[in-house]
Amino acid sequence: MKRFGGRAIFIDRSDINTDEIIPAKYLTEISKKALQPHLLEDLRLEDGSFDPASEELRQARVLVTRANFGCGSSREHAVWALEVNDINVVIAESFARIFRQNMFNCGILAVELEAADIQRLFALDGEVTIDVDLESGEVTATTSSGETVCCRFALNPFDRELVAAGGWLNYADQHY
Amino acid sequence: MGQTIAEKIFAAHLRDTPTPGNMVLDIDVVMCHEITTPIAIMDLMDKGMDRVFDPTKIKAVIDHVTPPKDSKTATQAKIMRDWARRHGIRDFFDIGRNGVCHALFPEKGFIRPGYTVIMGDSHTCTHGAFGAFAAGIGTTDLEVGILKGVCAFREPQSMLVEVTGEMPRGVVAKDIILHIIKTLTVGGATDMVMEFRGPVIEKMNMASRMTLCNMSVEAGATSGICLPDRVTAEYLWPFIGDAYDSIDAAVEDFRRWHSDADAVYAQTLSIDVSSLEPQVTFDYKPDCVRDVSDMAGTRVDQVYIGSCTNGRIEDIREAASILKGRRVADHVRGILTPATPDIYSRALDEGLIRIFMDAGFCVLNPTCGACLGMSSGVLAEGEVCASTTNRNFNGRMGKGGMVHLMSPYSAAAAAVTGEITDPRQFLD
Repeated sequence: MKRFGGRAIFIDRSDINTDEIIPAKYLTEISKKALQPHLLEDLRLEDGSFDPASEELRQARVLVTRANFGCGSSREHAVWALEVNDINVVIAESFARIFRQNMFNCGILAVELEAADIQRLFALDGEVTIDVDLESGEVTATTSSGETVCCRFALNPFDRELVAAGGWLNYADQHY
Repeated sequence: MGQTIAEKIFAAHLRDTPTPGNMVLDIDVVMCHEITTPIAIMDLMDKGMDRVFDPTKIKAVIDHVTPPKDSKTATQAKIMRDWARRHGIRDFFDIGRNGVCHALFPEKGFIRPGYTVIMGDSHTCTHGAFGAFAAGIGTTDLEVGILKGVCAFREPQSMLVEVTGEMPRGVVAKDIILHIIKTLTVGGATDMVMEFRGPVIEKMNMASRMTLCNMSVEAGATSGICLPDRVTAEYLWPFIGDAYDSIDAAVEDFRRWHSDADAVYAQTLSIDVSSLEPQVTFDYKPDCVRDVSDMAGTRVDQVYIGSCTNGRIEDIREAASILKGRRVADHVRGILTPATPDIYSRALDEGLIRIFMDAGFCVLNPTCGACLGMSSGVLAEGEVCASTTNRNFNGRMGKGGMVHLMSPYSAAAAAVTGEITDPRQFLD
């Protein structure tokens, strides 16, 4: 099975909606690649700790956030905007249903962890690399100073099948 | 053990159980619009899968940006139009016949009790008003729906939302659903079907039930749903008259979908509306809701009346009842977009369009337009809009703009005074 992981970016807010992930004005694009420069363009955090133009976002392969990520509009453009930026894992306390399904339908990961585990990840200092092991059901975060945090997660069995099949279109074409 | 209406619909449409707790359903209606469908069409074409499972079960409309505002939106419309022709999709609604999908498709009789309905649009939950399971989906789900006529869902969990009491004058379905979203929060109903029940719902017309179900997704719900009854049957009668001997017979038949008395609910919420005030949002989330009296005096630059939430004839009548003989405040821009051509025609016939124009409103063609900041009334930085739409996200109607969601009554009152206002002072 495909390996998931890489450099992590932390976005400390709940209820980040898909309008913030990719604004509606870009929904007139008919190629996924065109979304690439606009990921999280309209997201502003009250403490100013997020900059959509940052090098940190460009290098991220894993996004870690709080609860109800991806709420609002059904636009799969939100998932594609992550995907074309090579972010194939989002780790959160919870997800909005449509966004979560869109991630697995594209064969990439929406991983839910307990709030306490999310907090442990947020507490890590410095540069963090995260590895997601689908076989063992473990998320391992490692800092540049060598500190490690390991958390367990459970995937819905059907979502696991979708990841293995490379997405829902492939799965459905084989089965129905 | 009894079943909920959602469980009954799932059981009746079950194609496969790929893993425990996951169900692949046969879909009765796959609805399409020009924002999320063209990219699905292009992807299917790229993959050599440009087919449709059943052209009679696909309904398509150009509604989000219409007429097109630029080359990109014109291209999206063209891709849809060519695709509908290529596959013989007869229920395709283009300029002159097009309107906001969640107002247009019910009006055409496409949604029936017990149906499964999907669309690449989160407000698809609106159609639960007819006793259907209707869910918003992404583009990959849409592709599979178009190609195979199936969609996968987790086993449904239901939340019983019991609405009781007497509706105060000037308080409408929009106020109830905003109050419910405030109570549940924006993620409070995730993975749930919100089943709206109780005497207040039974008395509601279909337009109000659609407003309620429309915003169930703002609490995270998969769908809203109402039990189909005489109100449903009377609305649908022009389309189902051939199938039943009488409205009574239709009502009786619809009862097979009703939740059993011993159905199991994951959660129950009881709301008494008797002392509910008109509700208004503040900040950038639809669960940030206050009584209108707590927001009174907030200056607005624009008033927008329309959308799949509140662009129906009943909404236009309510707003017109306040606007009649009055004018919008000097600094306010008023915009009305009736949700469908039929609603527009009825508003003309009833003299409502004249009332809006005399009040100083701009009356647009049916379109989703400014609701999602794509066209026809986008806000400038720092501007404030009183709106009958469904989302107040940061940037939703334009970068740097603030949206206050409210009922058509409250929006009309804000237009007249130029600030958020309790509409009840204008109702006698």
